[in-house]
Order: sequence, then structure tokens, then C-alpha cells
Amino acid sequence: MKTLSKHAKEKIDLLLERFPEDRQRSAIIGALHIVQHENTGYLTAELMNEVAEYLSIPTMQVYEVATFYSMFNTMPVGRHNVAICTNISCMLRGADEIVDHVEKKLGIKIGDSTADGKIYLKREEECLAACCGAPMMMVDHHYHENLTLDKIDKILGDLD
Amino acid sequence: MKSIPENLVCFNTFEADKPWTYETYRKHGGYDAWDRILKGELSPEQVIEEVKASGLRGRGGAGFPTGLKWSFMPRLQPIQKYLVCNSDESEPGTCHDREVLRKNPHALIEGMAIAAYAMGATIAYNYIRGEFMEEPIPRFELAVKEAYEHKLLGKNIQSSNIDLELHTFVGAGAYICGEETALLESLEGKQGKPRFKPPFPANFGLYGKPTTINNTQSLASVPSIIRNGAKWFKDIGVENSGGTAQFSVSGHIERPGNYELPMGTSFKELLELCGGVLGGAKLKAVIPGGSSVPVMPAETILGCTMDYDSLQKAGSSFGTGAVIVMDETTCMVKVLRRIARFYMAESCGQCTPCREGTGWLYRMLTRIIEGQGELEDLTKLVEIANKIEGHTICALGDAAAWPVQSFLKHFHHEFEYMVNNKGRSIVSIDDEVTV
Ligand SMILES: Cc1cc2nc3c(=O)[nH]c(=O)nc-3n(C[C@H](O)[C@H](O)[C@H](O)COP(=O)(O)O)c2cc1C
Ligand code: FES
Repeated sequence: MKTLSKHAKEKIDLLLERFPEDRQRSAIIGALHIVQHENTGYLTAELMNEVAEYLSIPTMQVYEVATFYSMFNTMPVGRHNVAICTNISCMLRGADEIVDHVEKKLGIKIGDSTADGKIYLKREEECLAACCGAPMMMVDHHYHENLTLDKIDKILGDLD
Repeated sequence: MKSIPENLVCFNTFEADKPWTYETYRKHGGYDAWDRILKGELSPEQVIEEVKASGLRGRGGAGFPTGLKWSFMPRLQPIQKYLVCNSDESEPGTCHDREVLRKNPHALIEGMAIAAYAMGATIAYNYIRGEFMEEPIPRFELAVKEAYEHKLLGKNIQSSNIDLELHTFVGAGAYICGEETALLESLEGKQGKPRFKPPFPANFGLYGKPTTINNTQSLASVPSIIRNGAKWFKDIGVENSGGTAQFSVSGHIERPGNYELPMGTSFKELLELCGGVLGGAKLKAVIPGGSSVPVMPAETILGCTMDYDSLQKAGSSFGTGAVIVMDETTCMVKVLRRIARFYMAESCGQCTPCREGTGWLYRMLTRIIEGQGELEDLTKLVEIANKIEGHTICALGDAAAWPVQSFLKHFHHEFEYMVNNKGRSIVSIDDEVTV
């Protein structure tokens, strides 16, 4: 069983300072970011329960948040998160072709992870506010803009 | 053609080597306005009057006059009040708030400080979308740290009796959290589901306390208004649209980018500045203010200036200033389906017309693209859109309806053609049918 690391607890404590005393619920989103990051990109029931316990709030309040926001994964996913924007500005600049290319290259569909657990191809991604650099994708929080198929091969090839 | 002045307000540090630093911001007159306030030279009333007179309107999409909004806060009530900046930036096509966060975060901090002072708020949050985690958020947080170090934030700042604590809040991916009451719910650690209004946030906002929510660009424009005067700002723009606006120009355009230009710049000038349509192709249509606002055919927008009144008169809206350019090869049915998918995915599910209607719209459009559409579907699409519009708690419902209504109004023939030709697009007339 995983437990909240000391490091995670320290970071959550810092977050709590930003909110009024009895408003620790406001720290849920930040706390989930912290523990998901430590757990290679996804949340488990144990981790969510521990966040709830640490913040002294009902577990339901944590589950509610974890399932509502698209950046949280409540199922195991590959450790590198590849999110290709397919929204309008990116679509006009060839996002669909990019999705096809990446799906073929990795041999998986959008929403799936590779069998070796290396890459999670995030379910269809919405606009990431980099529309003037379309087409774009985000890999582990890093924005890659003005993509070409060659650039993508290089980016994916460089992942460890 | 006369040359258009660029980068007058929020982008005025951009030519510098490191535009985001405290030193750069100071060199451009940054924190002069805040210094004056800390010295007691400007009362909250004076600040609000100045912002009112500047003609600044909310850049988050609705265009509500900023100074007027500030005046709704019960400034003198002796209770906790909050200022919240909306950096959730998720309206498709829009990417200028990210520029401000990355390249001029101090303008936003100073703007937040001035706004908080004017409304008597002593705690301010900047709600930033979670996807900005790697670059914009650390930039902003570094700037906040610098501002604290230079004693521009904190308790009893420089013995002025003014308090302001400023915090970042990181979101986690949800378009709906850009809606101001959903944003407050999210800040409270809940699902981002918009609240019924009234009560309005100015009376019952964050943690039930008076709160004002403003967009990043709106707030980052404030320091230059106080520094240079309301008249300076107002005169940059045109009637009913003061100052500059940041246009995120994307799609089929030679030089996509964020351009800070005077309100009232003509669309033709903007197009020219961006190098024209990609590859010199013919313009078909433009969505002038983010995916939510009505689409405009080329001939209409070519006669418009980019400001609130002109775009509204022409049947669309200024929205967020995100200009999405589409050339003659664009299939309007496919574009509309992608937009419809977005609203379906992002509906929070509280209101039946929006939750169900957005799914119906997407599935009907998919059916048409797959060659199974009927002509009566086209009337039905508009009927569904009409039944969503105005029947939901928040404006996401309207935002889902307007594209459907406007695409079918202006490009009905493309939808008709596709239905009659079993899913073949009008733009592929000369191509092989490959699908
Ligand atoms: C569905 C929806 C999404 C929105 N997204 C944003 C957003 O990402 N950023 C923003 O500033 N305003 C957004 N708004 C508008 C806000 O509700 C609010 O009007 C705005 O932040 C107020 O600031 P302003 O007066 O400075 O424009 C959105 C509204 C709706 C209905
Ligand atoms: S549409 Fe792809 S980043 Fe905005």
C-alpha cells in the first residue's frame, strides 16, 4: 500500500497556508496534483483516502474532485502523458493527421496506454491555450508547438 | 495604410530581453501607479472613477464595464472581501492570457493590487488553469515572490495601512471553471458547477463573502490606465471600446500570433498585419471571438472593425478577441462538429437542456458526416440549439447554441450538400471520394 510521503505532506501544508483556517477543502485540487505526480501520473483509492484523511474531510469530497477534472486519472496510465490538442485552431492546422500518425506509431488508440506502461495517449484533448502555435501537444506538462510529423517522432523517441 | 501601434498596454515589456522580470517592468513605468496609491495619493473612489472613464471592458468574454463592476462591491462593509483573477483561459482559439502570465506577470500583479485596493479586498487569488504548470505558473509565482520581496504586497504594505495577500490557485482541467461562479466552487475545492444567480458574487462569492472576478487581461490593463490616465486609454480605442485588445489570431493565417492592437482596428488591417490567409488562399469565414461566438462569412467580417459595437452589429460578438481564420478549403460541417464535441465534453451536466442537448447536437452532426443525415436534421439542429440557448444556469449553453445557429445560417448549403451526397463534403468536390 502506498502512503502519503513526507514530501507530499510538506507540500500540502504549504498549500493550506493559502486558505482560511477552516477551508482545507480548497487544498484538495492542489493535494491531488501533488500525490498524482509522485505516483507516476495517476491516483489510487488509497491515495485519495489518505488525502481526505490528511485534510480531515470526507473521502467523497476528494473522489468528487478527482473524477471531475480532466487532469486527474483515477485509473493506471502510462508514465508519460501525451495530450494532443484536436480543438478548432489545431484541427485547422492538421491535428487529426497528427493523432492518426501517433496512434499508428504507438499502436494504441487515443485514451489508451502502451503495453510497456511508458506512454499514455490522453483521451481527446481540448484547447490548451496555445492556438497560435497550432498544431500542438503537451507532453508531461511541456508544450510542444508548431508540430510536424518529424518533430513528433523525435519528441516521442526521446522519452525514456 | 497607416501603421498600427502595437503592444501599448499589457505587452509593452515584450521587446525586452527578459520581459517578465521586476527590473524590466519597473523600467516601463511598472508599479508607479501602485507606489502612488501606497503613498496615499489616490482614493479607492478615484481609482474606480478612472477605470470607469477609461472605457475598459471585461476581456473574459462578456465585455462588462470593469469600473462599473468594481463599484458593485460593498467596499465599506467591515467583512472579508476577495478579488479573484480568472486565468483559466480555455475558450478555444484564445491564448493571450498565457502570454501575459509568461511575459508580463508583474502587470497582472499590479493590476490585481490596484483592483483589490479599490474594492477593499485584502486577499486575492489568481486561478490559473492546471495545464500551465510548467511555464506560466512558475513565472507568475516568481513574480509574486519578487513583489513580496520589494514590499509591494503583504500586511500594512510600506506602512500604508493597506493589506494584500496574493496567492496562486492551480486548476486541474475543466473549461467550465472559467465561468466565474464555477471558478469560485472550484476554488472552494468542489466540482466546477456554476451557481444560480442571484445572489451575485459581489454579495455572495468566495466562501460566501463579497468577491469580484476579473479576467487576466482586464486586470493587467489597469496599471497603465492609472499611470497614463483614463483619457489616454480611452483614446487608443473607439466609441464604447476603450484601449487595446489582444487578438489571438489562429487557423489558416500566415503569421499566427498574439497581437495587442487598438480597439477598432479594421479586420483588413489585422489580416494584413498577420501576413494574410495562409498560402494566399481565399478567405471563407472567421470566428472573431473564440469558438463560442457566431461565425462570420468573409464578406461580412471584411467590412468590420474589431471592437464590441462593430462585431455585434454584424451579428457576432467580440468575445475573447480570439480570431479563428478559415480558408476556402475548410469543411464547415466538420468544424461545427468539432466545436459541438467540445461543448458536449465540457458541459458540467447540471442543466438538462445543456447536458442532453449538446450530446444530441454532436451525434446529429456525426450522423450527417457519416452519410446518414436527413434534410430535416438541419432544422432540428437549430431547434435544439434554440432550446438550449437561454435555458441554462450559465452561458455555456448559449456558447454551445450560437455556433450551431450561425454555421447553419451562413453555410446552410454546405450542410445540405453533405446530406444530399451521403457525407461527401462540398469542399472535396474536385477530389476523389476518399473519406
Ligand atoms: C463557459 C464559460 C467559460 C468561461 N471561461 C472564461 C475564461 O476561461 N477566462 C475568463 O476570463 N473568463 C471566462 N468566462 C467569463 C467569466 O464568467 C467572467 O465573465 C469573466 O472572468 C469576468 O471577467 P471580466 O469582466 O474581466 O471579463 C467564461 C464564461 C463561461 C460562461
Ligand atoms: S485549439 Fe489547440 S491549443 Fe487552442
